[in-house]
Amino acid sequence: MPKLTLKDLEKIREKARRSTILREGAGKAKITVHMGTCGIAAGARNIMRALVEEVERGGVEDVILTNSGCAGLCSHEPMMTVQIVGGPPVKYVDLTEEKAKEIFKSHVMGREIVKEYALAIGSEQTSTK
Amino acid sequence: MEDLSLHILDVVENSIDAGARKVEIKIYEDLKKDLLEIEIIDDGKGMDEGTLEKALDPFFTTKTVRKVGLGLSLFREAARMANGDLSIRSEAGRGTTIRATFQHSHIDRKPMGDLEETLFTLIIGNPEVVFSFAYLKNGKMFNMNTTGLKKKLPGNYFSSSEGIKVLRNELNKLDGF
Ligand SMILES: Nc1ncnc2c1ncn2[C@@H]1O[C@H](COP(=O)(O)OP(=O)(O)O)[C@@H](O)[C@H]1O
Ligand SMILES: [Mg+2]
Repeated sequence: MPKLTLKDLEKIREKARRSTILREGAGKAKITVHMGTCGIAAGARNIMRALVEEVERGGVEDVILTNSGCAGLCSHEPMMTVQIVGGPPVKYVDLTEEKAKEIFKSHVMGREIVKEYALAIGSEQTSTK
Repeated sequence: MEDLSLHILDVVENSIDAGARKVEIKIYEDLKKDLLEIEIIDDGKGMDEGTLEKALDPFFTTKTVRKVGLGLSLFREAARMANGDLSIRSEAGRGTTIRATFQHSHIDRKPMGDLEETLFTLIIGNPEVVFSFAYLKNGKMFNMNTTGLKKKLPGNYFSSSEGIKVLRNELNKLDGF
C-alpha cells in the first residue's frame, strides 16, 4: 500500500468529521418540506426534487432535507421551513421550484433570508410531528 | 391528487405521522387478472376502534392543526372510481395496513405517475425510517430496502450529495420496469 500523504489524511479527517456531524443530525442547515395532503397536492414533491438538485449540484454534504406533516396552512402550500444552525426557523410559503432554488442559494448557502417569500421568522413549530 | 404515486406518498406520510420506524410499500400489477393492488404496511401507533371507524370520513382527523382529513378518503375514492376499493387493518400499538385495489384497465384508473420520485422524497426526507419496496409486475420483481443501501453511505445519511447519488443509482433500476 502506498504511503498516505498529508493531503490524504486531511481528506479522511474531513470525511470523518462530516459524518459525525451528520450522525448527530446537526448539519449546517435543516430544510423541512411540508408533506401533508394539501402540500402534496400543491406540488411539495417537486419542491423536494428542486432542493435535492441543488444539494447534488453543489456537492453539499451538510444540509439536512426532511419532511414533516401538514402545518395547517393549506392555502399557502407548498411550504418549507429553513433553519440555519444558530438561526431562527423561517417559514416560506406559496413556493415554486424556482423560488425554492432561490431560497436555497440565498438563505441556505448565503445566510441571507429571502424576506419576500417568508411568512414568519422564528415562529413556533406547528407541525404535528 | 393526479396520480397513484402521489397518493402513495400521502398515505405513507400518515404512517410517518403515526411514528412508524418501518414502512413496507408493495405494488402488485397483473394484466391477466386486470388487477392493480397497492399495499402500505407500517409499524406505527395504529388506530383504536373509534379512530378506525372514522378514518375514512373526510371530516375526521386526529391532527390538531386543521379540521378535515382527506388523504385516506381521497385514496379510497380513487380506488372506487376504478372499480376497486380500499381497506384498512389496524391495531392500536401495533401498526396499520392500507390496501387499495384497482381494475387495471379501467378508464378512470389514475396512472401510476412517478414512483421513483415518491420513493426518493420519502427516503431522503425520513432518514429515521426503514423503507422496503417491492414491485411485482406481470411476474417480474423489483425489490429494495434502505437498510442495505445505508451501509454504502458515510454517516448513514441520504440527504447529502453522496447519499443522493447512491439512492439515485438504486432507483434508476425502476426505469422501464
Ligand atoms: N398509518 C396510520 N396509522 C395510524 N393512524 C392513521 C394512519 N393513517 C391514518 N390514520 C388516522 O386516520 C386519520 C385520517 O387520515 P387522513 O385521511 O390521511 O387525514 P389526515 O392525515 O389529514 O388526518 C388520521 O388523522 C389518523 O388519525
Ligand atoms: Mg393524511
